Amino acid sequence: MNLESFFAMGGYAFYVWTSYGITTAVLLWNLFAPIVLRKQLLRQLTLKQKRTQ
Amino acid sequence: MMKPHRKQRLMLIGLMLAGIGLAATFALKAFNENLMYFFSTTDVAEGKAPADTLIRLGGMVVKGSVERPAADLLVRFKLSDFSKEVTVEYSGILPDLFREGQGIVAKGRLDDRGVFVAEEVLAKHDENYMPPEVADSLKKAAEAK
Amino acid sequence: MSFIPAPISRFFHRTASPPHFYALADKLMPWLTALFLLLLIPGLYGGLVMAPADYQQGDSYRIIYIHVPAAWMSLFIYVMMAVMGGIALVWRMKLAEVMLISSAPIGAGFTFVALVTGSLWGKPMWGTWWVWDARLTSELILLFLYLGVTSLYGAIEDKRSAARAVSILALVGVVNIPIIHYSVEWWNTLHQGPTVSKMDKPSIHISMLIPLLLMAVAFKVYYAIAVLQAAKLELIRREPSAQWVKNLLEHKA
Repeated sequence: MNLESFFAMGGYAFYVWTSYGITTAVLLWNLFAPIVLRKQLLRQLTLKQKRTQ
Repeated sequence: MMKPHRKQRLMLIGLMLAGIGLAATFALKAFNENLMYFFSTTDVAEGKAPADTLIRLGGMVVKGSVERPAADLLVRFKLSDFSKEVTVEYSGILPDLFREGQGIVAKGRLDDRGVFVAEEVLAKHDENYMPPEVADSLKKAAEAK
Repeated sequence: MSFIPAPISRFFHRTASPPHFYALADKLMPWLTALFLLLLIPGLYGGLVMAPADYQQGDSYRIIYIHVPAAWMSLFIYVMMAVMGGIALVWRMKLAEVMLISSAPIGAGFTFVALVTGSLWGKPMWGTWWVWDARLTSELILLFLYLGVTSLYGAIEDKRSAARAVSILALVGVVNIPIIHYSVEWWNTLHQGPTVSKMDKPSIHISMLIPLLLMAVAFKVYYAIAVLQAAKLELIRREPSAQWVKNLLEHKA
C-alpha cells in the first residue's frame, strides 16, 4: 500500500475525496455550531445578570 | 393510570396516522405508472409502452450482442429482461459500468424498424460488492457446473 | 401509562427535567466521544485502506462507507423525530419537544450528505449526477421535510405551539420513510436494491461489510453526541431566566 495510489483511488479520487470532504464539513458544522452558540448565549446571559445585580 | 385526555390524544394521533397512511397508499396506487423510472423490454416488445414518445427502457445488455457497425461512436446492442429482447442503437459516450451482462437504462424512442434509438444510456449497477478475486472464483465455479 | 411502575415513571420525570438532563449530557459526553472515535477510526481505515476494490466499480465504491450510513441515519433520525413528536403531543413532555427540534438539523445534514455523496457516486458509475427515480426523489422530499420542521419551528413565536406544530409535521412526514425504503422494490428505479438488509445471501463481501457496519454505528454515536449538544443549547434558549440556568451561570463564573 503506497500513499500515492491511496490518494489516487484508482482514478476516482475526485469523487471519493469530495464525498468524504463534504461529509466531514457537514458533520463538524452540526457538532460545533450548537457548542459555539451555547457559549455565546451563556456569555450574554452572564452579562445581563451582572447588569441587573 | 393513563389520564383520559391523554388516551384521547393518543387515539387522535393514531387515527391521523392511519388516515395519512391510507391517503398515501391511494395516491401511490394512482401514480404507480408515473413512478416507474423505466419500461421493461417485455413492455416495449409487446407494445405496452407509448410509441413515438420519449421513454426509458431498462434491461440487461445481452452477452455477445454489442457491435459497432461503423467506425464512429454508434453502438448497437440487445437489451433483455430474460423474456423479450429489444435492439438499441446509441451514439455517444457510455458510462464506465457499461458492459455485457450489465443492467442499463436507456432514454430514447422506438423508430419504425422497432429499434430503440437512445439519446442517453445510464448504467444500473447491482447490489453486489466483492473483491475481484472473489468474483473470479465465483465465475469459475459457475462455469465448472 | 398504567403498565409503567411508579419508580420508573418517577425516574423518567426526574431525568427529563432540564437541569438533570443537562448534567447527564455533560457526564455522557466523554464516553460517547471515545466510543465514536473507537468506531470511526477502524471504520475509515477498514473502508479506505484495508477493504479491497470492488470487482466492477473499482475504488469508486468506497463512497459506500459514508453514503449508506448517512442514508440510514436520515431515515432513523426522522423516525426518532416522529416518536418524539408523538410523545410531545400525548404527554406534553418538554424534553421530547427539545429532542425533536434538536434532531432536525442533524437529520437534514445526513440527508444532504446521502444525496450529495450519491450524486458523486452516480456520476462515474451510472453516468449521471441525478435522475428523478422513486428512490432519489423520495430522499429529496425527506430533506425538504427536515428543512420544513426547522423553519416551521422558527416561524412560530410561541415555542409551545411551535413544538405542537412541528410534532404534527414530523408525524405526518413519517409516511415518507417506508416509501423511501421500499421504493427500490415497488418501482423500477435506477438505484439498485438493498444490499445489507437482504438476508438470503450475502451481497457484500465480509471484508467490505465490517467497515460499513462500523461506520454505521459510528454515525449513530455521532448523532447521540450532536443531538445532546443541540439539546443543551435549546434547553437554555427555551428558559433563559430559569433558576437552573442561573445556577449554571454562577457555577461557570
